[in-house]
Amino acid sequence: MTQTSQSYSAKDEATSFLAKRTAWDRAKILLKKSPNTARFGMIVIAAYVIVAVFAPWIAPYGQAEVFPVPYAPWGGDHMFGTDQIGRDILSRMIYGARNTVGIAFATTILAFLIGASLGLAAAINRSWLDQFISRSVDVLMAIPSLIFALVLLSIFGSSVINLIIIIAVLDSTRVFRLTRAVAVNVVVMDYVEAAKLRGEGLGWIMRREILPNIMPPLVAEFGLRFCFVFLTIAALSFLGVGIQPPTADWGSMVRENASLIQFAQYDLKAGLTPLLPAAAIALLTVAVNFVVDWFLHHTSGIKD
Amino acid sequence: MHPVLTTVLQRLGLGFLTLFVVSFIIFASIELLPGDFGQAVLGQAATEETVAAFRKELGLDQPAYIRYFEWAGNVLQGDLGTSFSGRASSGVDRSRPVLDLVGPRLENTLFLAGMTAAIAVPLALFLGITTALYRNSIYDRTVNAATLTTISFPEFFVAYILILFLASLNPIFPSLANIDTSTEFWDRIYRSALPALTLTLVIVAHMMRMTRAAIINLLASPYIQMARLTGASQREVILKHALPNAWAPIATVIAFNLAYLVVGVVVVEVVFVYPGIGQLMVDSVTSRDIPVVQACALIFAITYILLNLIADVIGIITNPRLLHPK
Repeated sequence: MTQTSQSYSAKDEATSFLAKRTAWDRAKILLKKSPNTARFGMIVIAAYVIVAVFAPWIAPYGQAEVFPVPYAPWGGDHMFGTDQIGRDILSRMIYGARNTVGIAFATTILAFLIGASLGLAAAINRSWLDQFISRSVDVLMAIPSLIFALVLLSIFGSSVINLIIIIAVLDSTRVFRLTRAVAVNVVVMDYVEAAKLRGEGLGWIMRREILPNIMPPLVAEFGLRFCFVFLTIAALSFLGVGIQPPTADWGSMVRENASLIQFAQYDLKAGLTPLLPAAAIALLTVAVNFVVDWFLHHTSGIKD
Repeated sequence: MHPVLTTVLQRLGLGFLTLFVVSFIIFASIELLPGDFGQAVLGQAATEETVAAFRKELGLDQPAYIRYFEWAGNVLQGDLGTSFSGRASSGVDRSRPVLDLVGPRLENTLFLAGMTAAIAVPLALFLGITTALYRNSIYDRTVNAATLTTISFPEFFVAYILILFLASLNPIFPSLANIDTSTEFWDRIYRSALPALTLTLVIVAHMMRMTRAAIINLLASPYIQMARLTGASQREVILKHALPNAWAPIATVIAFNLAYLVVGVVVVEVVFVYPGIGQLMVDSVTSRDIPVVQACALIFAITYILLNLIADVIGIITNPRLLHPK
């Protein structure tokens, strides 16, 4: 008695029906369930990234190109007019996305590299190293970071590299605190112990055993940290000690065109010019906050 | 000794240790200056003698730890050193003591911070308590949405929006807050209105949300349930039963936000050209006038640390679990 071809095969069913969802499928399902605020946030962030990456193709003029009429009104050749020495505001806004957001992004990544690796090392080591780093971080956090950044910038001078390093180091303290706090709970797990007994080195344990298990809070922190870094850099540039001209940057653009606001009574559009870059900063911060909110809600499983 | 006293003393000791380390860091910043700094301050035409004399005045010919104790001793006696600006390559020294530069401006900043706190704290408490009282009403949602927006806006954005509407389009308040020692008290308040309003908007949001959260958090506890079962109204439950227990977190948040005010004041002073210590610090950073930067940083750091310390101590002494140990 042989079986016919119509017979049931458990193997066939297992392979045909339970095709594993790819990362793409899961992302699609996740997106479908996301609230409107998060979708709005993602669209805004995507738009900023596109503008930042393709700035030279999108912008009508160069970021440092000077035209004969300073403070030109809106419309005509220059959609948002020109600034105090006759540079096209729209082009500078577009390049500003690249400079301001790019620098803030690089700073956040550096802050995470420093903070997360020190935090993991401290959580695993738990000896003099932990004590030493934790106490140093306590002291660094006792000084308001904007003030500390001002002191350091006055010493090292304002260049983009200095700015990135100083803000990254100051912000890595918060990343360190968080990483250490969440990693300490994972370090005591049996599988980490097993890896240690297996003779794995510090680097392996950090990357392969602990990091994957503390990812969600770190990703959320990345978003929030980015907002803080972004606002700090914008504030420093606004104060004139951050990103230096002629590099287009939203913080310094607000400062340069601030006097235009006095003419809002006569020409409302001119009065709005300094608010454009400030609004660009605010919009991105709000968008990132929306996405982080949704992400935290999603990963923590808290349902209101 | 009472355990609360021990904890408070420990916290104070830790606070002063932090102050000491922070003062050391701020002092050490001058160590990191590049070698040719004397030349940079005095100009290219400075003779070797003037540069040498300048270095000697800074004490660069002595070991760092001796200089630290000299500097710290002078600071404790109210001598913050001499500004770098006003020195010429010829050796003519028109520089002013840092204390003269900082003193009057510190007064202005304290005035602005005090005015902000006087508006912001009662407003935040009122909003926090009423939103907790009428939770999930339209009022609650509007206030929540509004505060969420002001939290994520940079300070200068809030400031310029206020200028646009309250100074430029409808000239109610002056957009430049130029005050000096001769300004009358009420005139001073009038001219500082916009900077104070900006700072208020920035810190009210946080304080109000924390007040609301602290009260709502307590509403889930069994004793509140009990109070409800005895027939107390929502108003009674919140004002009589929840609020007294929420004072500790609220006081902590207020102190913490006043500490945040210290940082926010820098940007806001620059926007409104308010002659305070924040603007002085930014100007000195631009001109790399290190003694002034150090003095300002020290003042900011001390205020920040002290306010955080006060927040901690309030948190400890109002905690009933610590007050009545088993």
